[in-house]
Amino acid sequence: MSRRLRVGVFVALLVLVAAATTVFALRDAERYRDRHDAPPGVPVAGRAGLPDGPRILFRHTGTDSRFGLVAGVPLAEPGGERVISDVACDRVDAVGGTVSCLHTLRGVVTRYELRELDADLTEQHRVSLPGIPSRTRLSPDADLVATTTFVSGHSYMQTGFSTATEIRDVGGEGRGNLERFALILDGEEVRPADRNLWGVTFLDDRTFYATAATGGRTYLVRGDLEARTLTGLRENAECPSLSPDGTRLAYKVDGPEAGTHWSFAVLDLATGTETVLAGEAAGVDDQAAWLDEDTILYGLPRTEEPGVTDVWALDTTATAEPRLLIEQAWSPAVVR
Amino acid sequence: MYVSLRQVPPAPEAGSSGSVSASSAPPPRRVAPVVVTLGFVSLLTDISSESVAAILPLYLTVGLGVSTLAYGFIDALYQGVSALVRIAGGWSADRSGHPKWVALTGYALSCVARVGFLLATGVGAIAAVVAADRVGKGIRSAPRDAIISAATAPQHTAYAFGVHRSLDTVGAVIGPVLAFAILWWIPDGYLTVMMVSLGFALLGVVLLGLFVEDRPASAGTASPAAVRPARPRGPGPRWRDLAAPGMVRLLVVAGVLGLLSVGDGFVYLALLERGGFAAHWFPLLYVGTSVTYLLLALPLGRIADRYGRARTMVLGHVALLAAYVAAAAPLAPALGTVVALALLGLFYAATDGVLAAIAGRVVTPALRASGIASAQTVVALARMAASAGFGLLWFWVGPGAALLLVAAALAVVVVPALVVLAPLDRAEAAR
Repeated sequence: MSRRLRVGVFVALLVLVAAATTVFALRDAERYRDRHDAPPGVPVAGRAGLPDGPRILFRHTGTDSRFGLVAGVPLAEPGGERVISDVACDRVDAVGGTVSCLHTLRGVVTRYELRELDADLTEQHRVSLPGIPSRTRLSPDADLVATTTFVSGHSYMQTGFSTATEIRDVGGEGRGNLERFALILDGEEVRPADRNLWGVTFLDDRTFYATAATGGRTYLVRGDLEARTLTGLRENAECPSLSPDGTRLAYKVDGPEAGTHWSFAVLDLATGTETVLAGEAAGVDDQAAWLDEDTILYGLPRTEEPGVTDVWALDTTATAEPRLLIEQAWSPAVVR
Repeated sequence: MYVSLRQVPPAPEAGSSGSVSASSAPPPRRVAPVVVTLGFVSLLTDISSESVAAILPLYLTVGLGVSTLAYGFIDALYQGVSALVRIAGGWSADRSGHPKWVALTGYALSCVARVGFLLATGVGAIAAVVAADRVGKGIRSAPRDAIISAATAPQHTAYAFGVHRSLDTVGAVIGPVLAFAILWWIPDGYLTVMMVSLGFALLGVVLLGLFVEDRPASAGTASPAAVRPARPRGPGPRWRDLAAPGMVRLLVVAGVLGLLSVGDGFVYLALLERGGFAAHWFPLLYVGTSVTYLLLALPLGRIADRYGRARTMVLGHVALLAAYVAAAAPLAPALGTVVALALLGLFYAATDGVLAAIAGRVVTPALRASGIASAQTVVALARMAASAGFGLLWFWVGPGAALLLVAAALAVVVVPALVVLAPLDRAEAAR
């Protein structure tokens, strides 16, 4: 091939690639605009203001003009009309009149924040977070808030992702990164280099449960905020969530191949009996929330519609089948 | 905690191997056209890979609604794959005598992986695509560096690698900026980013395919035998030829120094803990390092060619040592950050291209790609081990003390390393 021909071929390809990507980008932009202008495809209440009384707050995930905004439904009617607010959150938790909202501010430098809101979703306090929001939980009296974020470098060519989990006083200062707490496994303090902590759930203002991972294994740990310790309770348990009466923990157990397929399990703290909830076969990647003493809630992405998720309910018996509770929803928080 | 490794060890400098004679006519150019072409191939490819890398965490969590932790678990399974593949890539290049086509295979594989990104929507699929991309990167690096080494006159190899790495780094800086510009325009335009990434990857592959000769005539080299194994039909390169005395010295020293190179991520984390900047600036620290590297790669390449490549590489670790001290010392946090990033950039400029230049010259031309791959792999593995060990130290004594300990160890090792590698520079000067 002569040099002239080769240059010609390259220039032709350059033009072709430029044209193809431009067309693709313009269509994508149009798709985004269309979607952004579309009204929600689920029933939405005309009135303003989130429901009073027992309610479920969640992130609305319909691909429409209200995508990503916090919404609420009455606890008695979860599948009914939702009220959608103007406040965007990736992750929500709520206790009484306090709402924890993890938020992404996209930009050339993408920023992440914890926003503490009141019952009207008015901001009370905001804190910068070190990475992409993953989990948040408030303590039962809403004095403490826990956040888990993913800290990543610039490149997946490097060592991948890592979590940063912190507990803070609501409206106040942080209590430090949980990775700095003493980690006690099998009765001995260990100091692995590759430790990760995530998925806090509070018993009270001192004791909490969380996941610790090291060496490719995950552990359910009980944390003590005063002693700054994390004590391993059992292996293969992720993202614990304490039942409203504090007697049972729901968490995910991993399938035979690490990090590939999860089922929910419920542990009775008094007896140590673990019940695997085999009815949900989808491989859930979420921290459960308790709807009531016998039912957990969690989000599942729709396989055919990227970005769209639904909230499912599952009774805590071994063979219970999941049921769709709130469609186009994510990160449910039950306010009783 | 967040642990970062520069997976890619300092790019081997393009030392052309020993058989090239400096007594031939002085080369007309310091940098052969093929080096610049390969630089642009890397630039296009890096725009492609870094644009996707920059948005991948957001895409997984916000776009697809899957957890990055799930991804991280699977991603971890592929650690080390790249190192093995790199050796295989170097060996096939030498064995076949067709470095261009081996490199092209690697670039093409990564390009195909870009198509996979457009289609993959699950964690497993994405991880598989990332793995394919990584394997492609492993395959292509050593043959490409061998071409650079072969095409460059011996007295300019470090400079030539500086040129190549500078262009490469330009791509690595453009990629993320481009990706976020697209997301600015189309807030959920992840697929557009993937599409643009595919376009750049394709251009890179085609540029390589069309304009890089398989066996470029070496500037200033009299006989084609210098760039080509002497016995094209013979039994081919043998592993034991790799164990030349110079190579053993190089691998040992590079390995020991690699064991004391704990990764930028730790320096960045230590700086973050000092509180010189808000957490959201964290991802930008590497840009600071890259820009410094970009500015210094050429001058350092020239210095290495003139004053000794092995010497420059070892002394580059003094800059690393100083970066650790800057990150741990009680400087004003903002000042400490700037100084540490500048020193890290200096470290990479003095080592990244220079190692390849040395490795390409201490082995016979027939084993150039294998030699470069071996040196890079030793450094990569040593640094992975270093990061794991350093994580432990970090938890035991705290970030500041841990960094100072490693700095002290580096200080102890530098002088013996200089002594051990000195014969390589002397041999070079004698040619």
